[in-house]
Amino acid sequence: MADGSIGLWTVPLAVLGGAIRVSTPFLFVSLGECITERSGRINLGLEGTLVMGAMSAYGISYLTGSPWLGVLAAGITGALLGALHAGICSLPRVNDVAVGIALMLFGTGLAFYLGKPLIEPTAPRLPAIDFGWWSDIPQLRAALRVNVLFLIGVALAPILYWAFRTTRWGLLIRTAGESSDAARAMGHSVLLIRLRATMVGGFLAGIGGSFLSLFYPGSWNEGLSSGQGITAVALVIFARWDPLLCLWASLAFGGAAALGPALQSVGVTSGYHLFNAAPYILTLAIMIITCSPKRTLTGAPAELSITR
Amino acid sequence: MDFGRISRRHLLQGGAALTLGAAAGARPGFAAETTIGFIYVGSRDDYGYNQAHAQGAAALKKIPGLKVVEEEKVPETDAVEKTIESMINLDGATLLFPTSFGYYNPHMIKMATKYPKLRFEHCGGLWTDKDPKNAGSYFGYIDEAQYISGIVAGLTSKSSKLGFVAAKPIPQVLRNINAFALGAKSVNPKATTQVIFTGDWSMPVKEAEATNSLIDQGVDVLTCHVDGPKTMVENAARRGAFVCGYHTNQSALAPKAYLTGAEWNWEALYPKFVKMIAAGEGIPNFYRGGLKEEIVKVSAYGEAVSAEARKAADEAKAKFLSADGFAIFKGGLVDNKGKTVIAAGTDRGQKDPELEKMDYLVEGVIGATS
Repeated sequence: MADGSIGLWTVPLAVLGGAIRVSTPFLFVSLGECITERSGRINLGLEGTLVMGAMSAYGISYLTGSPWLGVLAAGITGALLGALHAGICSLPRVNDVAVGIALMLFGTGLAFYLGKPLIEPTAPRLPAIDFGWWSDIPQLRAALRVNVLFLIGVALAPILYWAFRTTRWGLLIRTAGESSDAARAMGHSVLLIRLRATMVGGFLAGIGGSFLSLFYPGSWNEGLSSGQGITAVALVIFARWDPLLCLWASLAFGGAAALGPALQSVGVTSGYHLFNAAPYILTLAIMIITCSPKRTLTGAPAELSITR
Repeated sequence: MDFGRISRRHLLQGGAALTLGAAAGARPGFAAETTIGFIYVGSRDDYGYNQAHAQGAAALKKIPGLKVVEEEKVPETDAVEKTIESMINLDGATLLFPTSFGYYNPHMIKMATKYPKLRFEHCGGLWTDKDPKNAGSYFGYIDEAQYISGIVAGLTSKSSKLGFVAAKPIPQVLRNINAFALGAKSVNPKATTQVIFTGDWSMPVKEAEATNSLIDQGVDVLTCHVDGPKTMVENAARRGAFVCGYHTNQSALAPKAYLTGAEWNWEALYPKFVKMIAAGEGIPNFYRGGLKEEIVKVSAYGEAVSAEARKAADEAKAKFLSADGFAIFKGGLVDNKGKTVIAAGTDRGQKDPELEKMDYLVEGVIGATS
């Protein structure tokens, strides 16, 4: 250990570090999607929103020199894309899943097109908070360099959980998601509730994207998301539309993503393709264990097009 | 997405060709202006593989009488055949450079058979006598530059632990890893090179995780073979490790951490190809070369490179440039499982096609090919 290596401890440390570093985009997208789906609509376009968020955050951070303005820009871009999705879906007989797929392609395509000149320059990044100051192990300190967006995400999960249960807005969103007739009978516009829920969902997904380009991995390129937005949408189902479970699921996915490289670094080299696939195997396993032909998924909003 | 691209090409370029054709009566012969088509698998400004080719294409654009058409993000599927067809039929391209490994067989071979009068030049493929005569493959021995990077890395590392973030265990990647490790060992026998395979050419999150895991293991100099080295370079520099670049020069991304790097030199090769054609001698079907032939180059040394390392690296460079050349893979070579892969007494010179089938990692490399 004199040479600064920590041997096998790398693996749990990498999983911890990965859970913190990699999970944030999953967390924001899944919380955003959780709000949208609870209102009775699926927005599959969040992959596109994530990529657009990453691109616009990087661009604004580069142009203005302020990464926080970049985060804001990513959120606004996301909200606009959310509004577009909700707007199209509020037309009669429009399928939200199909619109979502179209917007996913639109978002990624537009981001690649507008992001061309941004691949080369280096934009100012978001700062990290050093939570490992008490330790003298550099590896641990590196794993505990946490970005404030992660903390916001972690705080947001219980707040949403609480808000869904006890606030008026939470009740309205749930009503729209469980029975649009009931919401209408109460005198509320279901479309307006869903528009707002989708915009908030897009806002959060955009912020998730800004984390990718401005913190970790920390630069803009076209392979940046590699399907994380879609994974996060699936994660909401996996988490049974529960914000707290979204948090745990995101952490598990982040940690699992770090498992493959970490095992290789300590010499477990065979079957790395299998370890790289760990998050997806985990999802499949849980889906199979918890599914039942006798009932719909527990916790699924009744108005969702996939459960209706 | 396919549909979008084709309709765009058809509409814009077909429209343009129509107007041109109408104006000139018929399509003019190629003598006046030669059109060259470049096809990239990724984005042409990725700070990596595709950018290196695009820089080569840019060098051709400066030559009068040449017109360069480019298309990026063309997958290694039937899509490349469509792109080639449209470059030939709509743009009138007579020389084509499909630059990605997977374009070669069957796609480019099929097109070369269909258009026997046009010239196809593929980067990285292994042209054999059975392939069409109007097709060719060229590639650079970038492992020579990797060997020099290894020397600099081996003499810069304090822990003697080097790291390599690699995409897939294919021969070209393994050859780079092995050359880097052998270069490091030639000056620092204790040096080990740890490899992490990410599984694909562009996986930024995995690349960043691999970089962090390697540094957690005590690795203090890293290099890579992925399409865009930017992620590895930036993340390693943030953790205070040194890096050796790949494909193009990434020193602007991390001026203090950048030691040196293995770069392609397509901007020197492509104009040479055009001159060969203009002179009527044609391009050899199987074209290879390294530092001496100016197909690859070594980045300028960074400020952290010691005088000792500069000297050792310059000496190795001189050996590669000498008339006899220098064989990286020499007899008595043992892989990291203890098996002798090159018997004592046989030197595998750089042009040896056996090396392009490499499936092992040499002693001193920590990692496995599967």
